[in-house]
Amino acid sequence: MNLKLICFGTLAWLSAGTPASAQEVPYFVTYSHHMEEPGSLEIGTKMAIGKPRNPGHRFFADSTEFEYGTTAWWTTELYVDVTGTKDESTVFGGFRLENRIRPLMREFWINPVLYFEFEDINGADKSVLEVVGHDAAADFVDDVQQTRQEKKREVEFKLIFSSDVKGWNFSENLIFEKNLNNSPWEFGYALGASRPLRLRASAAACTFCLDNMSTGAELYGGLGDRYTSGLHNTSQYAGPVAQWQIPNGPRFSFETGFGLNSYSLPHIVRIGVAYEFDQIFRRKGGLR
Amino acid sequence: MRRTVLCLALILGSTSTWLAASDSNGAWQSKVPQKDRVRVNPQALDPQAVEAGAVVFARHCASCHGSDAAGLGKHPSLRSARIHQASDGEIQWLLRNGSLAHGMPAWSGLPEIQRWQIVRYLHSLPQEGNRPR
Repeated sequence: MNLKLICFGTLAWLSAGTPASAQEVPYFVTYSHHMEEPGSLEIGTKMAIGKPRNPGHRFFADSTEFEYGTTAWWTTELYVDVTGTKDESTVFGGFRLENRIRPLMREFWINPVLYFEFEDINGADKSVLEVVGHDAAADFVDDVQQTRQEKKREVEFKLIFSSDVKGWNFSENLIFEKNLNNSPWEFGYALGASRPLRLRASAAACTFCLDNMSTGAELYGGLGDRYTSGLHNTSQYAGPVAQWQIPNGPRFSFETGFGLNSYSLPHIVRIGVAYEFDQIFRRKGGLR
Repeated sequence: MRRTVLCLALILGSTSTWLAASDSNGAWQSKVPQKDRVRVNPQALDPQAVEAGAVVFARHCASCHGSDAAGLGKHPSLRSARIHQASDGEIQWLLRNGSLAHGMPAWSGLPEIQRWQIVRYLHSLPQEGNRPR
């Protein structure tokens, strides 16, 4: 009863906010320098669907995302992961808490962002929100009931660089990750490029206008670890991404990632849905 | 150790205070480079730019500045004399860079042409105090 009340109250509180659309890029793995607007909360879900080569089973991983703009230069995000595997079971994958900070207060040709994350996940998590070290398709084959026993408490740092040039966004991420269980540092990267299908806004509000849609591509993969850095025995993925922002409504994203070598999954299909609640803590009818 | 933490907190606190003070009361205008200040709005002659700017404004700006741009809560009015007297280039620069220390996000992710459309819309609004009743 209490849980129902809490859920109802939370939904009512969130629906009191007005929906907004942010300047989001369509990437699933790569981060740009665009932060969440201060005071806005975005709730989204990122699904990854894939199948390792035999004898692996098809899997479905979902990351529910709560992204809050703490200030105009600081964004906080919480992910909660769930993974389901065909013919096995659906398990809780863990959570991730991340913070992104823009150290420079103005736009430059290349804009840096500092990213800090703590992950408390288990070995069954298959959300593939980043690829580091020697992550491999073989990691997706083992039985979920076994892999969920493996605890992964990790810290992750990303150095994000991003530029906006003539409507295009170009983003480059360097990833440094360490399992706190005395494992070596692992490295990875993610690159993204995207552009709205039309730069000029329409004079009339419309749902299917091309300026509400954007497309691009992502390339990401591991770069080995402290002792064996490089591309050898690493997973690499590339694929097109697309996004459709319904004005004052949800945002839909889609990506088909292709594994570029035998160490990678053959493909990962990603689907994202997000909705932004604007100014959720704002007092109604404040002073002007 | 405690002293180091205290020093770091002091540095962070004073930096944010300085950032907050340095941009207040429209001080952002003094930061606009001259080449940006004198830029000509490429949408100046487009008859549909005001309507398009209104659409973009409603989508991205109205939630903070109000649907009538008259300000909302602590977010300032965009019908003020300062905005009316600012050049197209200055407002475009502010939209692109934001005023991050004051909560105004950078809208560099919006295509530049849409920022110019917003500028056309803002300059088409009646100034505060001169609004028709």
